[in-house]
Amino acid sequence: MAFSSLFFLVGIMLVLFKEGTPIFKDIGFFKFLFGAKWYPTYEPPDFGILPLVLASLWVTAGAVFVCVPLGVGSALYLNEIAGFRQRQFLKSIIELLASIPSVVYGFFGMVIVTPFLQKIFNLSTGLTALNASLILGLMATPTVCSIAEDALSYVPRSFREASFAVGANRWQTLTRVVIPAAGSGISTAIILGMSRAIGETMTVLMVAGGAAVIPKTFFGPVRPMTAAIAAEMGEAPMGGDHYHALFAIALILFLITFVFNIIAEIISRRFRIKLGLSG
Amino acid sequence: MKKDIAQNIGFFLLFTCIITTLFFLGIIIYFIFTLGIQVISWNFLTQSPRNAMTEGGVAPVIVGTLYLTLGAMVFAVPLGLACAIYLCEYSPKSIVVNIIRISINNLAGVPSVVFGLFGLAVFVNFLNFGVSILSGSLTLGILALPLIISASQEALVAVPHSIREASLSLGASKWETIKRIVLPTALPGILTGVILSIGRVAGETAPILFTAAAFYKRGYPKSIFSEVMALPYHIYALMTEGTHPDKQKAIAYGCSLILLFLVLFISGIAIYLRQRQRSYHG
Repeated sequence: MAFSSLFFLVGIMLVLFKEGTPIFKDIGFFKFLFGAKWYPTYEPPDFGILPLVLASLWVTAGAVFVCVPLGVGSALYLNEIAGFRQRQFLKSIIELLASIPSVVYGFFGMVIVTPFLQKIFNLSTGLTALNASLILGLMATPTVCSIAEDALSYVPRSFREASFAVGANRWQTLTRVVIPAAGSGISTAIILGMSRAIGETMTVLMVAGGAAVIPKTFFGPVRPMTAAIAAEMGEAPMGGDHYHALFAIALILFLITFVFNIIAEIISRRFRIKLGLSG
Repeated sequence: MKKDIAQNIGFFLLFTCIITTLFFLGIIIYFIFTLGIQVISWNFLTQSPRNAMTEGGVAPVIVGTLYLTLGAMVFAVPLGLACAIYLCEYSPKSIVVNIIRISINNLAGVPSVVFGLFGLAVFVNFLNFGVSILSGSLTLGILALPLIISASQEALVAVPHSIREASLSLGASKWETIKRIVLPTALPGILTGVILSIGRVAGETAPILFTAAAFYKRGYPKSIFSEVMALPYHIYALMTEGTHPDKQKAIAYGCSLILLFLVLFISGIAIYLRQRQRSYHG
């Protein structure tokens, strides 16, 4: 039973490979990955996932601009400025907010943010990459904050005390001692936040707009990989090219998040060794 | 002094960060609450949907979510607990443990829609369970597994060595020690992890999209092989399908509030318990 998690992880990989690879055989790996047209239901269909991959990266990049300053800034505030009670309280609140279901974020994006963006930027539709980025970023913020705060709290007291002893004030200690010491821990937090954003489905499905075009601006609709899988799986006939293509997208998505997680794992292990904590 | 000015500006910026975060997240809760509360009534909570989802309540939808969550826990808790006990109590520190640990971390990072596809390929199609509560529960169970394993492991590690040794020295076997001493001591921590994962599972949409959920199903589900309506999917479907967007939107407000309340309440309990345990253990 202890191997159940390993079993399922390998199982997921095998299923994705088995159901995804037929499409590579049919139309060729490079044509699939770098094809600029995604028209799976046309006759003949086009299965090029470049627009979907770029949309995912585009939206995630936008989310990083929201969640990194907010998440890391909040973590620094909690760790450095807030008192003990305030920190306990705010950290619980942030953990609580991290548990809000993604479909609620998506719903909020649809009914509140969409008309708002449409009005202030005078757009024909509010369902855009910008909208998805904002919501995703907001959604990943508690995750980033929580992990970054953990990393900051691992920095030994002696580091700070040494810095104060040579006459640095709290800000100098923070920027020149604490942040460099916790740097790899903070980057782990950012990578995990990105991993969460790129794999997030419901929010982008609801607010990104869904047009499978190569993104050029933040103000147009896009269709990230996860949204394409979720929206199209219902109508893709089982065992057909479209079905296999969607599994292949999931495979690529899985590999991207897998690499992210492995990188985060390696960095966080080095971080712990550097600070003399047991791995 | 110059460095004090820098400090003041810096601290102010950090303060702005956390205020902004809390402000936006607060706005989400505020809007869902004020819009949703207008729809919620006793009838809304206890009746079935009527007139093509434009009137009536959402009782079967809530029940569906409860079934799915319960099913996921029935599957994931024993498995996760067994895995955690093995990792903490029996396994030698070796490469195998490391591989299992890495696999747990990675399973936790797999996007939820990928779990959904796995469930579709394995439970729905290969094992022929169809689109059903069973398929959905199993899929959600796999998603909850890494959460339960990590939380249980943390709880088991926190049990002091001295009380294990005291039990062993009285002649208890390893298994007796685990059953009578270690597990009861670690129970609050394990429960916290289970409650947290319940909150997570209840709000997940993507894994049940192709494995369990139906937009409309008359009455309550009859067996574990029937399709089911569930709160998160219901919100999505009300917003994107159907023919009366305005009336459906009102019901979606209500569903969002119920889901938000449910998840925040469950997670709130877990976070409160964890906070107390941590301060108790020092």
